[in-house]
Amino acid sequence: MIAVLIAMPEIFRAHWIWNLLFFTVLYAAMSSAWNLIGGYAGYPSLGHAAFFGIGAYAIAFMFKNTELLTNGWAPFISLPLIGLGCALLALPIGWLAMRTRADVFAIVTITLLFVAQTLGYNLKSLTGGAQGAGVSRAPFNLDIFEQPFYFVAAGLLLLAMGITYFVIRTKLGMALTAIRADEDKARGVGVPTIGVKLLAFSVSVAITGMAGAAWAYYIGFIYPQFAFDPLITIAIVLMTFLGGRATLWGPVLGAAILMPAQQLLAYYVGGSQIYLIAYAAIFLIIMLLLPRGILPTLLSKRRLAALAEQRNIADGTTTSTISQGAHS
Amino acid sequence: MHTLIQGVILGVLTGGVYALMASGQTLIFGVMKVVNLAQGAFVIASAYLAFSLFTNYGIDPLFAVLITTPVMFGIGVLGHWIFLRPLRREDAVELSILVTFALALLIEGILSVTYHTTYRSINTSYANKAFDIGGFAISAVRVYGFVVSCVLLLLLYIVLQKTRFGRAIRATVQNPQSATLLGVDSNRVKAYGFGLGIATAAASGSIFGLLFPFNSGSHYDLISRLLSVVVLGGLGSIGGAVLAGVIIGVVSSVAAVTWSPTWSEMTFFIVLLLVLLVRPQGMFGRVERGNL
Repeated sequence: MIAVLIAMPEIFRAHWIWNLLFFTVLYAAMSSAWNLIGGYAGYPSLGHAAFFGIGAYAIAFMFKNTELLTNGWAPFISLPLIGLGCALLALPIGWLAMRTRADVFAIVTITLLFVAQTLGYNLKSLTGGAQGAGVSRAPFNLDIFEQPFYFVAAGLLLLAMGITYFVIRTKLGMALTAIRADEDKARGVGVPTIGVKLLAFSVSVAITGMAGAAWAYYIGFIYPQFAFDPLITIAIVLMTFLGGRATLWGPVLGAAILMPAQQLLAYYVGGSQIYLIAYAAIFLIIMLLLPRGILPTLLSKRRLAALAEQRNIADGTTTSTISQGAHS
Repeated sequence: MHTLIQGVILGVLTGGVYALMASGQTLIFGVMKVVNLAQGAFVIASAYLAFSLFTNYGIDPLFAVLITTPVMFGIGVLGHWIFLRPLRREDAVELSILVTFALALLIEGILSVTYHTTYRSINTSYANKAFDIGGFAISAVRVYGFVVSCVLLLLLYIVLQKTRFGRAIRATVQNPQSATLLGVDSNRVKAYGFGLGIATAAASGSIFGLLFPFNSGSHYDLISRLLSVVVLGGLGSIGGAVLAGVIIGVVSSVAAVTWSPTWSEMTFFIVLLLVLLVRPQGMFGRVERGNL
């Protein structure tokens, strides 16, 4: 898969495709990150865009106050720093937010998003208020301008997926799944729920923040209503839901479907509000028809088919003790 | 001191409207255990409806309440039947939040396509009138809005306390399983309860349209305020929501008057934060086993 990611910009040599790839991979990374806390842990955070914006403004701030633009690639060094900063910031916020359960957690995270947006508008000295903040233009060759950003986004995606893969295999992943299933019982059994939740939240948020910084560098000029845009949250939640929560590839699949679809829609229909309706409509349809997302549904279908195969081979013996309720 | 009292009066008057909106939301939570993130969107939708009725037919928004409320009640019941009833799964709560969020976006999208994104406000003939009571200038619109909110809250109270349907709702809020055992049709209660919650949003929409300029994106602000009110009052407690609405109204208004208008929006969030830190179940909420 790494090979595919690296090869992509070579295969399609057009600027608009690179742009599309950048956003797709960036959102895939963010969706994978969201999956950690929203999918595996079962805490749907509707405020991840807040950290996206924080990351974006962080890099803008660094540009304003430090000599970062030595060469095109230097600002990317600041990304891990920003990620770490977001993670640290997430700790007290997460601690506060996680005193609640799923529904109120959603409330708190949404509120967080709006707080961040309001702060973005009002802390004029830091953020430039409604007029936005500028980020220096990257001195990359115009021919291949998008490519470095794309690779950075791909790196973030690999990081997110790597962490997810790693987490699933270890006790941490089991702890998260236990929390999602029944938190009180998990606590009773001895799972350090608070620590685990905070860890998942911090990591998830760190990646989102880094994505925000990369985005800011790419765009060049950021405004509060776009950096702290609820639509970003909706996009990543929708992508994760579409592809399948709590799966490794689900968010990537969701991003791969939705991002080009969104660009297509924007191209043909144009108006910025129509795709709001489209997002919402898709979301609702998925909730109602495919509540688990594409991947899990496909996987269960395959599992069911395999079970049916087995029963056919056993040639109609009625002792079919294979439980079909084996949905995760 | 004068400005302080002025702020308090203003706060009480605005708080009444928030109280009405929040009561619907907390009712929906109580009945369905679902946080209705679309409440704000329904308020705005109803505000637009009142706006259209006013600009096209000259119907005063406060009278439009009589029209919009039943209509939105019907829409609420329908919406519940289409979107929320099919969600019978273990993670129904989580999905329901997202469904209502998506509903809010859908409404916002439809509204912005229909009405475009310019800010609207309903300017009736008395929009700029103010009463002078004891040296305090009190805007007439706010007084009328407050009075209508109080009347509607009283109606809600009567429905909940005195009718059989209201009793069914209260029973379902207290203990859904026992209620079902005693013969309450939980599906119908949920549907009508949701409808009732949306109806309060509808009613307050007209008033909201009178008081504040709005566009399709206003529901985000509104929902975050409503959520603060509901959490302060305690999820599921209507009396709590009313009280919390007034309290937060006063706090934010005093903050606007004494500190700065831009930061008065933050008071909602600060209150929310404090509530979560100090007493997560709010004023009158119940601490369920391990749940908020």
